[in-house]
Amino acid sequence: MRRLLAVFGTLSMLFCSQAAAQQTEPQWQTVLDKARGQEVFWNAWGGGDVYNNYIDWVAGRVAEEYGVTLRHVKLGDTAEAVRKVLAERSAGRSTDGAVDLIWINGENFKTMKDNALLYGPFTDRLPNFKLVDTDEKPTTVLDFTVPTDGLESPWGMAKLVFVYDMAVLTEPPTSIAAILEHAKANPGRITYPAPPDFTGTTFLKQALYELVENPVDLLSPAGDNFDTVTAPLWDYLDELSPLMWREGRDFPKTGTAQRQLLSDGAVDLSYSFNIGEASSAIAEGLLPDTARTYVLDGGTIGNTHFVAIPFNAAHKEGAMAVANFLLSPEAQARKAHPDIWGEQTVLSMDRLSDADRALFDDLPRGVATLSEADLGKTLPEPHPSWMVRIEEAWLKRYGS
Amino acid sequence: MRFLPVAPWATLAIFLLPVMAGLAGAFLPAFGYLPALGGTEASLEPWMRLFDYPGFAGSLWMSVWTGFTATAISFGLAVGFAAAWRGTRVFQGLQRLIAPLLSVPHAAVALGMLFLLAPSGWLLRAGSPWATGFDRPPDWATAPDPYGIVFILALVVKETPFLFLMTVAALNQVREREIVTTARTLGYGPATAWLKCVLPLVYPQLRLPVYAVLAFSLSVIDVALVLAPATNPPLGVLILRWFNDPDLGYQFVAAAGAVAQLAVVAAGITLWWAGERLVGSLGRRWASAGDRALLDRPVAAFSLAGTGILWFLGAGSLLGMAIWSMARQWRFPDALPGEWSLMNWMRRGETLIGLGGTTVTVGLISAGIALVLAIACLEHEKRDGLKPTARALWLLYIPLLVPQVAFLFGAQVLLVAAGIDGGWTALIWAHLLFVLPYVFLSLSDPFRSLDERYRTTALCLGLRPSSVFWRVTVPLLLRPILVAFAVGFAVSVSQYLPTVFAGGGRLETLTTEAVSLAGGGDRRLIGMLVFAQSALPFLAFLLAAAVPAWAFRNRAGLRGLT
Repeated sequence: MRRLLAVFGTLSMLFCSQAAAQQTEPQWQTVLDKARGQEVFWNAWGGGDVYNNYIDWVAGRVAEEYGVTLRHVKLGDTAEAVRKVLAERSAGRSTDGAVDLIWINGENFKTMKDNALLYGPFTDRLPNFKLVDTDEKPTTVLDFTVPTDGLESPWGMAKLVFVYDMAVLTEPPTSIAAILEHAKANPGRITYPAPPDFTGTTFLKQALYELVENPVDLLSPAGDNFDTVTAPLWDYLDELSPLMWREGRDFPKTGTAQRQLLSDGAVDLSYSFNIGEASSAIAEGLLPDTARTYVLDGGTIGNTHFVAIPFNAAHKEGAMAVANFLLSPEAQARKAHPDIWGEQTVLSMDRLSDADRALFDDLPRGVATLSEADLGKTLPEPHPSWMVRIEEAWLKRYGS
Repeated sequence: MRFLPVAPWATLAIFLLPVMAGLAGAFLPAFGYLPALGGTEASLEPWMRLFDYPGFAGSLWMSVWTGFTATAISFGLAVGFAAAWRGTRVFQGLQRLIAPLLSVPHAAVALGMLFLLAPSGWLLRAGSPWATGFDRPPDWATAPDPYGIVFILALVVKETPFLFLMTVAALNQVREREIVTTARTLGYGPATAWLKCVLPLVYPQLRLPVYAVLAFSLSVIDVALVLAPATNPPLGVLILRWFNDPDLGYQFVAAAGAVAQLAVVAAGITLWWAGERLVGSLGRRWASAGDRALLDRPVAAFSLAGTGILWFLGAGSLLGMAIWSMARQWRFPDALPGEWSLMNWMRRGETLIGLGGTTVTVGLISAGIALVLAIACLEHEKRDGLKPTARALWLLYIPLLVPQVAFLFGAQVLLVAAGIDGGWTALIWAHLLFVLPYVFLSLSDPFRSLDERYRTTALCLGLRPSSVFWRVTVPLLLRPILVAFAVGFAVSVSQYLPTVFAGGGRLETLTTEAVSLAGGGDRRLIGMLVFAQSALPFLAFLLAAAVPAWAFRNRAGLRGLT
């Protein structure tokens, strides 16, 4: 009986999706027709080779698939693209903008959404968006608690993991409190990237989550309760700072800079927002073979990153074609491959065909990558307003 | 040549209009005016926010302290070395060793020094664990350090060669040998004689270069991004951070910061000028006080040690980067890579060719345009019998004296409005702004000091002015012309901020890529970029020396000419 139901279910899904495909196809075809021959300028953070190489591969595939020429504009900080769009608006350029697609999430997305700098909603026009797991992975439509409203299309899941070298450390600290104990026993070997670097702010969020009395407070905007809610975080950091690398007077500038410190043996831990990064860094010779990852006992922060199209993009159709390709099982499976990028997919396995699901099932797992079961609980991102104020307060306390 | 009379005006237009417009583009938002963001009324709020920004005072102090210290040390070393060692073999040797350092981009030196001097850097690797006992890097605050000392060192490594070569050029204009000989017969030691009698004559010509170095050091961004501490970075870094802040309200703060940066540079130059007065009057008293050689030994020793150290730092940092480009793994405390590999070069070859292509194209075109404009101005000056005025020189120096960050944001709005941002035109123009002054400076002395009788003779023999130019002036000046071109090319290769702003992210060069990777960290890739970045200008200078040697292989008389 159960099997019958399953067959029926699959059949009906097939039928529905075919029907849906037939409905949207002419519309989508018009988009693709316009996209052909367009040169899409994708503004994406360019600080990591793993990501740059993946984007290079995407460029090759969308050229084959859609006849779109994809150019990767490498940013040091996503906010540069936000500012560029703004500069264009102040110069009165409402069409033919220089930015076609932005790799974006969180604070930058909120800024662009609030200032009406985005094109869309467009995600419902992408055929592959139907494959996204919006139920089990709610962060694909709630970006740092802000509804995406179809203005950005998800392309990857991030989760904070901790990296250590098992040749140096036999038992890494598995909670925020334990990290303080570790620093007391080993002064100068703990650090975190200086906010506003996103790995640094994520570490602060993680600490906040474990230290705060009532984590639910963090899901609504920060208000008058800011000082009381965040007090335990500042107490903790005040105690940790003098025990940190360079006595907390200097910080690595980015997460990758901290990974370099770990690789040099200068510090004991680094943090990554990509569960597979450590494995690919080992393969690249950027971390010792003995590097491993783990998560904290109470779970770690996770989120989704997206691509969005500015309101004045010159090549919106090409940008949509790229966004759609990024959601294809082929692109997502490649992104999940430990040697390529090694990140959790945004797609739902239940909504994939058997052949597509096999792409994911066959993936090897990197030597330092945790399995789905070992990844533990995922904590949601706090509302962006918390981070804005925490970054300011952090700068006041430790920035000078 | 109907183009000639227009040339000086065209040159000025390229420079001054955009700089002025760009400054306006920073001034207006600094006082609350930026309609796109809802700023339509004059207000002092951006300034309040600027002064209230946590760490603003610390950053301001960091800029002032590092800028002045770097300039003073560079100037002291360049002048001290010229005073103590002029006319010796050591002097000639250094001149030869130091010239290549001049052509290396600032960012390359900064990235190399970061690796050389960090606690996990090459210097400590070489001594660990046998001498230091470290098998893990110590928790020392070096490179970057909280006081900006490594940052200052990197600036000194780059600015001393510049000031040194400027001093050598200025020396050709005074009768140095006679003056020194006279002083020495009166019993003065060589360095004392030089400092008391030659320096006062040479300094007026060094003034503008020194101001340019001061302005640069007070506002530099690429070196600071690499080597300045993350907390309390120099002001320029903060301004760039505000421009990039996702909270668009910070645009106003950034504009106020840019104006503040301009004020810092203006105040810095004024202060230096006042310092000149003070040192001048003290120096006059010292010059006539009768002391013969008290300073000779310390000046000789310190200047030799200082230039030696900085040469070692410069060469060591570039060598370290070259080795990284061929490493697969290089862990602390190994003195050399544990695994070597050419994999980096093979895998990244395509990226490198792409970036190198943009770099070379922009460099060649901007240096070419600058060369044509500079020659046209100089030739026009010569034919019309004009005398160059000091004021004209000041105009030329304006892009070098106004901090880049102060006008580039405003200029970018202009470029966007003209619809040429992120394109080759904008990028080449932005580079030209900084390439042209150096090309002009490098060419003007040889051009003006060319013996007038060659021209006169050719004209008397019935040649038209244009033929005189092509058949007499150009061959005689081929070497300085090519050197000026190489200087322009090197300046273009090293540009960071103008490329970031005018390139709009669509056009990237080796320099922008290397700096953007500095935080991210694959040292092997950074090593390759630094190597390529340093090799290109070096090649240009090599060609500038080789072409005349080949062209004049049968002209003994021309080979000695510079």
